[in-house]
Amino acid sequence: MNSAYLDLIRIRFLMMLAYRVNYYSGIVIYTINIGAYYFLWEAIYGDQKLLAGFTLAQMTTYVAVSWMARAFYFNNLDREIANEIRDGSVAVQFIRPYNYLFVKLMQGFGEGLFRLLLFMGPGLALVCLIFPVKLPSDPGTWVIYLFMLLFSFLINTQINMLVGLFAFFVENNEGMLRMKRVLVDLFSGVIVPITFFPGWLAVTMKWLPFQAITFIPSSVFTGRVTGAEVWRVFGIQVIWFVALIIPIAWVWRQARTRLFVQGG
Amino acid sequence: MFYWSLAVEYMKNYVKTKLTYRMDFWIEVLSDLLFQAVNLIFILIVFRHTPTLGGWTEAEVVFVYGYFMVPSGIFSALFNIWNFSERYIVKGEMDRVLTRPAYNLYQVLLENLDPPSLFGSFVGLIIMILSWGDLGLAFHLTDVLMLIAFTIGSVMIYAGIFTSLTAISFYSDAPTGILPLMYNISTYGRYPVNIYSKIIRFFLTWLLPFAFTGVIPASYFLGRNESGLSDLAPYTPLMGVIVMGLGLLIWNHGVKRYRGAGS
Repeated sequence: MNSAYLDLIRIRFLMMLAYRVNYYSGIVIYTINIGAYYFLWEAIYGDQKLLAGFTLAQMTTYVAVSWMARAFYFNNLDREIANEIRDGSVAVQFIRPYNYLFVKLMQGFGEGLFRLLLFMGPGLALVCLIFPVKLPSDPGTWVIYLFMLLFSFLINTQINMLVGLFAFFVENNEGMLRMKRVLVDLFSGVIVPITFFPGWLAVTMKWLPFQAITFIPSSVFTGRVTGAEVWRVFGIQVIWFVALIIPIAWVWRQARTRLFVQGG
Repeated sequence: MFYWSLAVEYMKNYVKTKLTYRMDFWIEVLSDLLFQAVNLIFILIVFRHTPTLGGWTEAEVVFVYGYFMVPSGIFSALFNIWNFSERYIVKGEMDRVLTRPAYNLYQVLLENLDPPSLFGSFVGLIIMILSWGDLGLAFHLTDVLMLIAFTIGSVMIYAGIFTSLTAISFYSDAPTGILPLMYNISTYGRYPVNIYSKIIRFFLTWLLPFAFTGVIPASYFLGRNESGLSDLAPYTPLMGVIVMGLGLLIWNHGVKRYRGAGS
C-alpha cells in the first residue's frame, strides 16, 4: 500500500522532469522579481540602518530565500482538486482503494521534490551570485531550515486542499482560488515581512497559519531567530500542521455526501 | 468603418456570453483588483517606515503607480492572447483567421478581449486624482490631453513589445517562457527608475522602454526632472509609435511564415 504512495511521488517527479524546460524560465522570473524587491528595499533603507528589526543585508537574504522557498512550496493542488471535482473525475477516485487527499499530497510532494532540486536549488545559487545574499554559516541552521521548509510545504498544501475542496460546495471557485493565492503571498510574508505590518494586522497574523509558510522559516534562515527561540517557532509550525488536519477532515467528510457533478 | 462594426459585433458577443455567467465576471474583476491592491499595500506599508523612497514621497510613488495602472489596464483589456501559441499555432486556428478579409492581428485581439481589466485603469485614474489633490498640483486642461496622449503611447509600447514576442511563435513552436518573463520585467516600470542601477535604468528607458509606461509620463505631471525624466515624457507617444511599428513589422513578417498545423 505504502509503495503505491511512493510510486505516486516518483511518477509526478518524472512528469515534472519531462517538462523541466518550463522551469528554467521560472528561475529567471523569480530572479527578476527578487531583483525588483532588492532595489526597492535598497531605496527604502536609504541611510537607515534598521527597519522593523531588519538590516538591509538581512532583508536582501530574506527576500531571496523567501521567494526561492515559494518556488519550492508552491503548487496547484487547489486547482487540480477543484477541476477534478467539477469535471466529476473525483467520483472515480472515490472508488479506488486509497485516500484521495493522501494521493494529492503525494503528488504535491513529488512536484515539491522536483521544485526543490531543479528550481529552488539552482535559483538560490543564481541569486547568491547576483545579489549580496548572506547564507548562514552554521550547518545546524541549514538542517533545521530544511525541516521548516518541509512544514512550509505541508501547511501551504493543507491550505490549498481546503480551498480546493470548497468546489464541492460552490459551482465555481475560480475567483476564490485566485484570491487565496494573492492573500497567501501577502500574509505569509513573501512580499513584506510581517514585522512591517501595522500593529493590529501584525497581531492578527500571529494567530493565523500563513506566517508559518514563509515568515517563520525565513526568519530562522536570516539569523533573526536563534537559540531556543528556533524550537519555539518550529513548534508553531508543527501545531498549525496538526491543527489544520481538523478542518480538512471535517470538510472532506461533509463533502463526500454532496458530490454534484456538472456535466461530464 | 468596417473595422469599427467588427469591434461592435465582437463586443455584443462578449456581453452575451458574460451575461450567462454574471457572478464570474464580478469575481474576475474583484480578483484582478486584489492583485493590484497587493502592490499598493506594499507601498503603503513600507512608507510607514520611511519618509522617502529614492527621494520620492509616498504621494508621488502612489501617483506613479496610479498612472502605471491606467495604460496597463487598457493594454490587458485589448491584448489577452497569452495562449496564442497553443491556440492559434499548435491547434491551427490561425487558418480560420487568415481566410477572413480583416487584418489578422485585429481579429485575434478581438476574439480575446478582456474588458474587466478596464476596472484597473479606472481605479488607477481615481488614485491619480486623489494623490493629485494630496500633492496640491495645479490642474490645467492641457493635462487631460497630455494624459490621453501619454496613455496611448504607453499602451502602444506594451502592445509593440508583446506583439513582437508573441510573433516568436511563428518562428518556433516550442514554449519559450519569454512572455511571462517580459511581463515580470514590465513591473519594473511602476516604480521611480532612479532606484535602479544605471544599467537597468538605461535598459528600461531605451531597450525595453517600460519606464515610458509608468514613471516617465507620471513625472511630467509631478514636475520631477531628476536625470531628465520629465524632459523625456513628451516623447512617450513617439516611443509608442516606434515600438508598435517594430512589433507590427515582426508580426507581419512572422504571419508569412505561418503553416497550418494540418489537424
